[in-house]
Amino acid sequence: MNVGRDGIIGNRPFRGLPAYNGRKSRLLCDPLKANFIAAAATRFANQRLAFPGAWRPARSVAGAEEPRGTVVVAMSWFTRQKPPTEGGGDGEKSVRTEGLWQKCDGCGQIIWVKSLEDNQMVCPKCGYHFRIDARTRLRLLFDEGAYGEHDPYLSSADPLCWVDSKPYGQRLTEMRAATHLADAIVCATGELNGRRLYICALELKFIGGSMGAVVGEKITRAIEHCIAEKLPLVIVSASGGARMQEGAISLMQLAKISAALMRLDKARLPYISVLTDPTTGGVTASFAMLGDLNIAEPGALIGFAGPRVIEQTIRQKLPDGFQRSEFLLEHGFLDAVVPRPVLKSYLDRALTFFSGQRQ
Amino acid sequence: MADNEMGAVTAPEPEEPASNPSYERVLLARHPKRPHALDYIERIFTGFEELHGDRNFGDDKAIVGGFALLDGQPVMVIGQQKGRDTKSKLYRNFGMPKPEGYRKALRLMQLASKFRRPIVTLIDTMGAYPGIDAEERGQAEAIALNLREMARLESPFITVVIGEGGSGGALALGVANRVFMLENAWYCVISPESCAAIIWRDAGKAPLAAAALHLTAQDLLGMKLIDDIIPEPPEGAQTDPDAAAKAVKETLLSALADLSRLSPEQLIEDRYQKFRNMGNFFDEAGA
Repeated sequence: MNVGRDGIIGNRPFRGLPAYNGRKSRLLCDPLKANFIAAAATRFANQRLAFPGAWRPARSVAGAEEPRGTVVVAMSWFTRQKPPTEGGGDGEKSVRTEGLWQKCDGCGQIIWVKSLEDNQMVCPKCGYHFRIDARTRLRLLFDEGAYGEHDPYLSSADPLCWVDSKPYGQRLTEMRAATHLADAIVCATGELNGRRLYICALELKFIGGSMGAVVGEKITRAIEHCIAEKLPLVIVSASGGARMQEGAISLMQLAKISAALMRLDKARLPYISVLTDPTTGGVTASFAMLGDLNIAEPGALIGFAGPRVIEQTIRQKLPDGFQRSEFLLEHGFLDAVVPRPVLKSYLDRALTFFSGQRQ
Repeated sequence: MADNEMGAVTAPEPEEPASNPSYERVLLARHPKRPHALDYIERIFTGFEELHGDRNFGDDKAIVGGFALLDGQPVMVIGQQKGRDTKSKLYRNFGMPKPEGYRKALRLMQLASKFRRPIVTLIDTMGAYPGIDAEERGQAEAIALNLREMARLESPFITVVIGEGGSGGALALGVANRVFMLENAWYCVISPESCAAIIWRDAGKAPLAAAALHLTAQDLLGMKLIDDIIPEPPEGAQTDPDAAAKAVKETLLSALADLSRLSPEQLIEDRYQKFRNMGNFFDEAGA
């Protein structure tokens, strides 16, 4: 890293740091390290410290000219202008700050992770909705975060024996280890404000939340369960679309789920589709758009073709906000855009409309 | 599809196999002289009258449909139509339908269902059109609605993939009681070009993707996703369109004879069970 000679950060916001000399710093691209540096920078800034100038190795070349008033400390990028105060200083450096702060992708501000979590991973400053995983989603929606999971062990049979950068079978194994899920969806029954219902949540981290035979089967079983038990259904989508690695079998899941939804429709049971960032491809072109209500979180990317594909087709840049929730609302394809903190109460009121007051 | 999250790591340069029968079929399916939907319709049916428009926005030229007679029996026939020269290709939007096309197709299918007339669809598209206007008018919603409503149709419903079966844009005409593929047609969740662009960041690797995707009629029959393969003349349908059309017609007639024995409720149940059983997975703990 190379910081300019005028690199005094006393009153500068940290946000300016990565762009100091227009060079890409690998260190700052790593979110964990960036968090650490952000915290360190804030701490040093509070103590009114200054950069000594260019970064130098720990053992500086003998006789090299030093800027006035600076002392080269081994492995330190900063030097103090004031002597360290009693009781502070070195002990403080060992405090772990990783994971305590998170930079908001919406407004760029540094947010205390605790306050972010208290706000259901929505930025308290700008309302940006961070992506959340399927289990967190279910915990937020079900009363006391309690639910009974269905078909947790359904797993892909790798029907095409697919290999790309690595074998699909190996990718599945790695994904299972990383997410503790057998495939890209969690299906569960439980209560929402005392009303029993079925909620399926797609897991974006599992091969892009893509839909293969397992996701298709689990959603179809969920629908059939709802018909048998007369339960309302909520599906929270977050997916890149159908799963390429299972070829035409993935494609047929669109038809399978949609046909099952026809039966749910015929049984007059409510189905609410919640679209979150991102919902594209075959998922949008099947169950995500077939809700009695289609609602979305603010700012979610929702579309059939991905923006990259469209840009390649029309060979021009897409307008700002294209394929975002608000764009779909404007064009009449969503019933409402519902922020995450009020989603649960919205679902409750909608289900009251569909099924009457809970017993 | 699935182009947002997957394939973030570019795969290593793969070896090009010496011969690639899958990709050869993809090329045949796109052969410039290959018969298109209207070529089959004029050879198989009589008295075809085209019906236009989705009663909502416009008339999509990439989907044609209308009533006709199949050996004297009234049927609704709907197909995805490509052009042959530059002008007609543009007119047909390269066979890539927009939402109004899918809505027109659904309107015609529901019309046929109302009067219990059989439905025949001919699939031949690279995929639904990926453009700003299509997205604005709800491409995904139009396809999704077709998928659900096709499951409800009370008529015998037969689909033939005559060329390309590109993803949701193809399936949006294909939730039928019987699904057939011509010998050199392909049908898959993604086109080989898009697949290669995602995995290897190079659409030129399409031949490899074609092999990996298992998209030929033989592959789909093996996975029990289609009912049968309709044979083509030895060098492909373009060498003898009449013979290809004759084979399609025979298949349609025999399938229709089968299906006409079923009541509307049985037809709906038959269609449901057909798609309900598609998909391979393991269902035991710890698999």
